[in-house]
Amino acid sequence: MPPESDIPLRSLAASRVVVVAGKGGVGKTTVTAVIACAAARDGRRVLVVELDGKQTLDDLLPGVEVIHISAPDALDEYLRDHGFARVAKRLNKTGVIDVVGTAAPGIDDIVVLGKIKQLEQTDDYDLIVVDGPAAGHAITFLTAAAGLSDAVRGGPVRSQADAVLELLHDPARCQVVLVTLPETTPVNEVVETAFALEDVVGVQLGPVVVNAVDDGVELPAEAAVSSLAESVGADVVAAAEFRRSRRAMEREELARLTEELPLTQIHLPARPVAGLSAVDIEWLADRLAARPVVPSE
Amino acid sequence: MSELSDLLDDSSVVVCCGSGGVGKTTAAAVLGLEAAQRGRRAVVVTIDPARRLADALGLPDGLAAEPQRIDLGPRVDGELWAMMLDTRATFDGLVRRYGENEAQVDRILGNPFYRNVAGALSGTQEYMAAETLHSLHGDDRFDLVVVDTPPSRNALDFLEAPGVLSRFLDHRVFKLVMLPTRTGLRVFGAASQPILKAIGRVVGSDVLADAVAFFQAFAGMETGFRERADEVVALIRAPGTAFVVVASPQHDTITEAVWFGNQLVEQGVGVSAAIVNRMHPAFGAASAAAAHAAAEQADDDVVARLWTNVAELRTIRERELEVVAPLTAIAGEGRTVTLPLLDRDVHDLEGLMTIAGHLFDRSPASG
Repeated sequence: MPPESDIPLRSLAASRVVVVAGKGGVGKTTVTAVIACAAARDGRRVLVVELDGKQTLDDLLPGVEVIHISAPDALDEYLRDHGFARVAKRLNKTGVIDVVGTAAPGIDDIVVLGKIKQLEQTDDYDLIVVDGPAAGHAITFLTAAAGLSDAVRGGPVRSQADAVLELLHDPARCQVVLVTLPETTPVNEVVETAFALEDVVGVQLGPVVVNAVDDGVELPAEAAVSSLAESVGADVVAAAEFRRSRRAMEREELARLTEELPLTQIHLPARPVAGLSAVDIEWLADRLAARPVVPSE
Repeated sequence: MSELSDLLDDSSVVVCCGSGGVGKTTAAAVLGLEAAQRGRRAVVVTIDPARRLADALGLPDGLAAEPQRIDLGPRVDGELWAMMLDTRATFDGLVRRYGENEAQVDRILGNPFYRNVAGALSGTQEYMAAETLHSLHGDDRFDLVVVDTPPSRNALDFLEAPGVLSRFLDHRVFKLVMLPTRTGLRVFGAASQPILKAIGRVVGSDVLADAVAFFQAFAGMETGFRERADEVVALIRAPGTAFVVVASPQHDTITEAVWFGNQLVEQGVGVSAAIVNRMHPAFGAASAAAAHAAAEQADDDVVARLWTNVAELRTIRERELEVVAPLTAIAGEGRTVTLPLLDRDVHDLEGLMTIAGHLFDRSPASG
C-alpha cells in the first residue's frame, strides 16, 4: 500500500498525458506547475507543454522540461513530416493557413494535439502535463478531433484527427484535470465543462482541483467576537465577519460541486501571494501531498 | 470617482476589455446602471451568457439578442437596456443587407464554409461585437453603448476586428479563386489550381469546394462589407469612445491588462480608465506586520486569532496593491478604481447598485 499522501498525485497523474483545463483566472497554470513539480519529485520524467504562446513556467520548474507548441509551427512540422513540404512552404508564405483553418475549423487544435500525441509515443517522458488553452477553449480544443473526423473524410489531417481521438479515448494514455475555484460562476462552469467533455469527447476526467480554498486561521466563534468590538476595534471584528461569510460561501459552493459533479475533488490552499514563483510551486506541491482527497459519491 | 463619472457623462461608447474571469461583464453592467442613474439611456451588450447577470438584472428568461429594458424603478431618470451578442445572427444580417439579390443571400447563408466564417473564423466574434456596437450607436433609443468584449489577450483583436473579413477577401486564395470566374471558368476550374489542389489533398477536397463556392458567391458584396467595416473602425477610434480595462489583482491578469493598455496607447486610442475588481478590503490602517505583532502580544486566544485574521487578509491586500501598481501607472492614479471583494454574490439589482456605490465612492466601505 502506498502512503496515504501519495494518493492525490497518483489520481492526478493517472495517465501519461494530463490536460489541465479550466476558465481563465482559476489557476490552471498553477495547477499544471504543481502536478509537474510533485511528479518530478516522485522521480518521474516530466514534460510540461504550454500553449497559446504563454511562457510563464519556463524558469519555475527545476528538473522539468518545458516546451511551447503553437498551431502554425505544429502544422508546418506535420506537413513536412508527411511529404507535404512544398505545400507547407506555400501555406506559410501566402498565409493560406487562415483559409485552411476556416475551411476546416479545429485543424489548428488537431495539429497541436497531434504533436502532443507524437511526444507521448516517444517514451522520453513518464508524464506530459498540458497547460490547456486559455479563455475557455478547452471544449473546442478537445472536441476538434471528433468534429473534424466528421467534416474531413480523407487525407492526412483526417488520419491525424483519428490518431488524436484514439489518444483522447484511452484513459491510460490521457485524462483531463479540471480546475475551478470555490465560487459560484467557476463552479457552474466546471460542471458544464465536465459534462460537455464527457458527452462530446468521451475523454476520461481525472479529479477536479479546487484552487485557492481558504485554510487560514481558525476564527473564534461569532458569539465570542461580537462583545469585543470595543476593545479590539470595529475593523478587526468586521474583518472576522467578512472572512466568516466568505468561508460560508466557499463551503456552500464546495457542497454544491460535490452534489452536482460526481468526481473526486482535490483542494489546494489559497496562498497569500498573487503571483507564481518557484517557492510557491514547491509550497503547493508539499500541500498537495498532504491533501486529503474528497471522494466522489 | 469623478473621472469615471465624467467618462460616463461624456462618452457615447464605452468598451470594457480585459482577459477572461475578471468580472468584465459585471463591470459593464455596473457602468450601464450608473449611467442610467445619471440620466442617460444606456444599453449594455454582453457576450457572456452567464445566467447570474440576467438574474441580477431581473430578466427571468435570460438575455436576448434584442435590447430589453430593465426595470430600475421610478426613482431613476435614465434607462438601462441589456442584450446579448448573437454572432451568427449579426453576420447573417450583414449578408442580407449587402446581398445583391435573394439568390445570392441564400447561396451564402446555405454554404458550409460561410457557417465556419460566421462561427469559427478567429476574430469574427470581435467583429460582430463591433458591428453591433455600431448599429446600437445609430439607434435613437440610446445615447450610450457599453460593450463587453470577448475575452482576449490581444487588444488589437478588437481594434482590428472589423478588418478581418476584408483581410480575408484580400487573400491570395480569394484572388486565385476569383480569377477563373472572371475568365469564364467554372468552380471545378478554380479547384484545379495547383496550390488549391495541394491544399485539397491535405484538408479534403469537398471542404475546399465549399470555400471556393463561398468566395464566388461573395463576389459583388465586398464593397458594401468593406465600407461598413471602415465606419465601424472609425467609430471605435472616435473621441467619444472610451476604453476601460478591467482586471483582477492577480499577477497574470494584471500583466495582460498592462500589455493590453500598452497596445491601446500605441494605437493612439489610450486607456480611459482601469477597474481592478475583487480587491481585498483594508479593514483599518494596521499593516500586516503590525497585525501580526498585535496577535503575538495578545494574552487572550480569541483576540490573538482575530488579529491573525487581520494579518492574513492584510498580507493578501498588500500583495495585491503591489501587483496592481503597473496598471495604475498606465491608466493614471485618478483613473484607476478598485472594487472590493464582496462577502456575498451579486444576485439582484441591489447587488449591482452596491458595486456601483463602491465604484463611484458613495459608500464608506469602498476599498
